[in-house]
Amino acid sequence: MSESRRKFIQQVGGGLVGLSAISLLGKFTEVEATANTEVKDKPAQIRWGMVVDMSKCKEGCTDCVQVCHSRHNVPDHGNAKDEIKWIWKAPYKNVFTSKSHRYQQQGQLEKPFLTLCNHCDEPPCVRVCPTQATFRRPDGIVQMDFHRCIGCRFCMAGCPYGSRSFNWRDPRENLKQLDPHFPTRERGVVEKCNFCAERIDQGLNPLCQEACKEGVITFGNLNDPNSEIRKLLGEKRTMQRKTELGTAPSVFYVVES
Amino acid sequence: MIYNAKVVLPILILFVVVLTYPFWQGGTEQRPEPQKPAKAAQCVEDAAWMRANHMQLLDRWRHEVVRKQERSYTSTRGQVFEKSLVNTCLDCHQKSDFCDKCHAYASVKLVCFNCHLNPELVEP
Ligand code: SF4
Repeated sequence: MSESRRKFIQQVGGGLVGLSAISLLGKFTEVEATANTEVKDKPAQIRWGMVVDMSKCKEGCTDCVQVCHSRHNVPDHGNAKDEIKWIWKAPYKNVFTSKSHRYQQQGQLEKPFLTLCNHCDEPPCVRVCPTQATFRRPDGIVQMDFHRCIGCRFCMAGCPYGSRSFNWRDPRENLKQLDPHFPTRERGVVEKCNFCAERIDQGLNPLCQEACKEGVITFGNLNDPNSEIRKLLGEKRTMQRKTELGTAPSVFYVVES
Repeated sequence: MIYNAKVVLPILILFVVVLTYPFWQGGTEQRPEPQKPAKAAQCVEDAAWMRANHMQLLDRWRHEVVRKQERSYTSTRGQVFEKSLVNTCLDCHQKSDFCDKCHAYASVKLVCFNCHLNPELVEP
């Protein structure tokens, strides 16, 4: 029996004894309802966010992707069906589906954009997860508890950005180098970018931000008006992906003027 | 009296003997003796408690680390540890000598290492 269950049973037992004692004494007093239960709507101190400035991103460079995938043991199965990705580049027309049109500037539709989980403020993946394996941390990170994932893939249907990948195969088949400090996944589990939650808890920035030599990625607290990220958002013209869906992404893109 | 006692009794006795064989043939002597790790004098909690409760401790740890961002553990002796199977437990113990031996003896399947990596196999 687990310790907590043992304690719980002891407490319930104690409670029952107490209750019967009260009833024996015939001392029932009516408890008046109080208004103290009301929860105040207080904004969280921290909401982590990211700004991506693609004008600085070098063509063909995949430094951020390499570092992220190798440190998080993300395998490369070498085919699109089994593909697992946390951060990757995709053409503008796929990243900004609702902002693309056929008369766009030359080359714009095919221009690669860096994309990852948006760590939405209203994450649909969290709403549909039947086991709460995906949940929103108080600091805004949409985190996965791989221990709990049952592989139903509701979150993959719920996410409008294709940020999630499913392990159709054992990831260890195609991991040349393993980093023991981060677990791999099992076959039958969904995975995605975790904003480097394991590093943020140690006061470090995400690996992709650190790996990029061009300064494409700015990471910081969106709820702190003096943070670097908020200053950047205040200065530059930026946009998010598919805002019309109400997911409120925490990843922003600088739009070239 | 027992019907057909001459036949039934010996069979019954033999049955009980076979059934209780594991208890009286000295099974406890074959209990695995994993090596004491050289790195630390003491485990996170004392050894007897760990033997009985390590699974619950690890279960609580993983829950607190992943879901509550509580990453350090203060033991009853007041020492602080990182809540980590790979970085803390396996820093002293070796999976092959420690986890595997007892789990094979107790016939309890380990699922931790389906995802978590055994540093013995990874680091050269
Ligand atoms: S981008 Fe997709 S996976 Fe990430 S929080 Fe939003 S809905 Fe969930």
